[in-house]
Amino acid sequence: MSIIEIRSLAKTFGKIQAVRGIDLTISRGEIFGLLGPNGAGKTTTIGMLCTIIRPTSGSGLIAGFDIAKHPTQVRQKVGIVFQDPTLDTILTGRENLQLHARLYGIPRRERKAWIDEILALVDLRDRADDLTKTYSGGMRRRLELARGLLHRPAVLFLDEPTLGLDPQTRARTWEYIRKMVQKEETTVVLTTHYMEEAQAMCDRIGIIDAGKIIALDTPDNMVDALGGDIVAVRAPAPPMEKLSALPYVSAVQCAGETVEITMKSAPLHLAEVLSLIPDVASVEMRKPTLNDVFIKLTGRDIRNETAENGGGWVETIARHRQKGT
Amino acid sequence: MRTAILFRELLGISAVWWREFKVFWREKSRIVSSIVQPLMWLFLFGSGIGASLSVSDVNYRDYIYPGILSMSVIFGSIFFGLYIIWDRKLDVLKAVLVAPVSRISIFFGKVLGGCTDVLLQVVILFIFSFLFPSVDPRGIPLALLFLLVTSVALVSLGLALGSLLESLEGFQVISAFLVFPLFFLSGALFPVDERLPAWLQKLVIVNPLTYTVDGVRGALLGLHDHPILLDLGVITLFALVMIATGSVLFSRMK
Repeated sequence: MSIIEIRSLAKTFGKIQAVRGIDLTISRGEIFGLLGPNGAGKTTTIGMLCTIIRPTSGSGLIAGFDIAKHPTQVRQKVGIVFQDPTLDTILTGRENLQLHARLYGIPRRERKAWIDEILALVDLRDRADDLTKTYSGGMRRRLELARGLLHRPAVLFLDEPTLGLDPQTRARTWEYIRKMVQKEETTVVLTTHYMEEAQAMCDRIGIIDAGKIIALDTPDNMVDALGGDIVAVRAPAPPMEKLSALPYVSAVQCAGETVEITMKSAPLHLAEVLSLIPDVASVEMRKPTLNDVFIKLTGRDIRNETAENGGGWVETIARHRQKGT
Repeated sequence: MRTAILFRELLGISAVWWREFKVFWREKSRIVSSIVQPLMWLFLFGSGIGASLSVSDVNYRDYIYPGILSMSVIFGSIFFGLYIIWDRKLDVLKAVLVAPVSRISIFFGKVLGGCTDVLLQVVILFIFSFLFPSVDPRGIPLALLFLLVTSVALVSLGLALGSLLESLEGFQVISAFLVFPLFFLSGALFPVDERLPAWLQKLVIVNPLTYTVDGVRGALLGLHDHPILLDLGVITLFALVMIATGSVLFSRMK
């Protein structure tokens, strides 16, 4: 059963076409990853689905409610964790959740139980009554996740949920997301810059570039579609044409001194390939990853991209200043 | 269905109000300074000038007591409203603005929150009224009504300006070119009568806060230039216009 249905959704800001007609159906309980280079339209798309941004054309249904006609009902059905921290640092963890519970109309007699339950889920019970400005980055993220899920939304939007966290905290944050989603059968739509995490977490992935979805599949299918394994050979003069002509080779790409050959069943054919290349300095064989898919489709390496206005120094200073006043 | 929606919006208003009150109560140092500052005006400035001056047979310190109460409300209310520039910069508002509550309700929650902060300060200042012999305590309820309506108007004005402004530099500009002139031209510190230069008189007449100060002074000291009902009428009209402007601008805020 589908929980999100988007038909030719588009958004134009002045002369800039941020999103140029997206069609997408996401089923209940799915974890869906929206990947793309900076400025591809990820945040705008999520913004439209959360009814923060009004679409220029097209339509979107979330849990049966139209995002343009019934924004209030849609808002009740979705939870959002923004890229930048949005906790009220003058309030405690519990107070942040109490504010959210009131804003989302959770009945008074249920409030305490729901809050306690979600605090336990993200392991923040002990620190619930401390001001959130004393929390570490990982704890703040967890509290934001808890807040996003407190009103039991049908869909949870996560915009770069692990941005700026250290690898260990990132891994734990994903664990919490998985745990919460399983418990509540929530559908998740996320964006991330970490390809390994997207590959591990998502049931399906949509790659968006220049405002359009250019690929939509499971991560495994996407990687398989690349055509087998990648063999990287360092050699001064690789015979490109000869290599491309081999029946089991699907792509040959030259990057400086290194040639990357994408082929089926590499262990079987490696000897023949190497016999064609003179003066081989080194050979490396690896399974392709989602990052290779991303590079092939968008021509860009997502690892070289910095996330849009993450925890930059201006915001950091502003946050420190606020503590002082 | 209609009552359910109304209930949700009221819950939303109370949620924002509750948040503002929590924040206010937590920042004790701000409460203390907001009480101490007007007291300094009254006792250091008021006693100093009062040593060589009295107005309409009233000790100068007593004369400016209603003016300083108004000053607390003017500064406290406008700056409370303008504070949303900070909230927006720090994204504190973002999570509130995506909630299933209308912008108007969030606006009213903020207005109520601001008025509560400011009026609590005023109530504390009223406790000190026994130190001012000319002040008639029976006038306090009417004075409070004037200050409440003024606070509603000015929190709305602050929120309206805060919705328009992107940067904190605007804060200084508004403080210098709006808040201070409004205060100086309100008659809070000196009588505004025919002895003033004509150009100054005109500015005083169009300043809505003149009617607040006149009303509060009328209530507490029995000294006023305009009928009290006229004062109340002007300031109420001003508040209604500000609520309308503020709620429209706040709803359009990005």
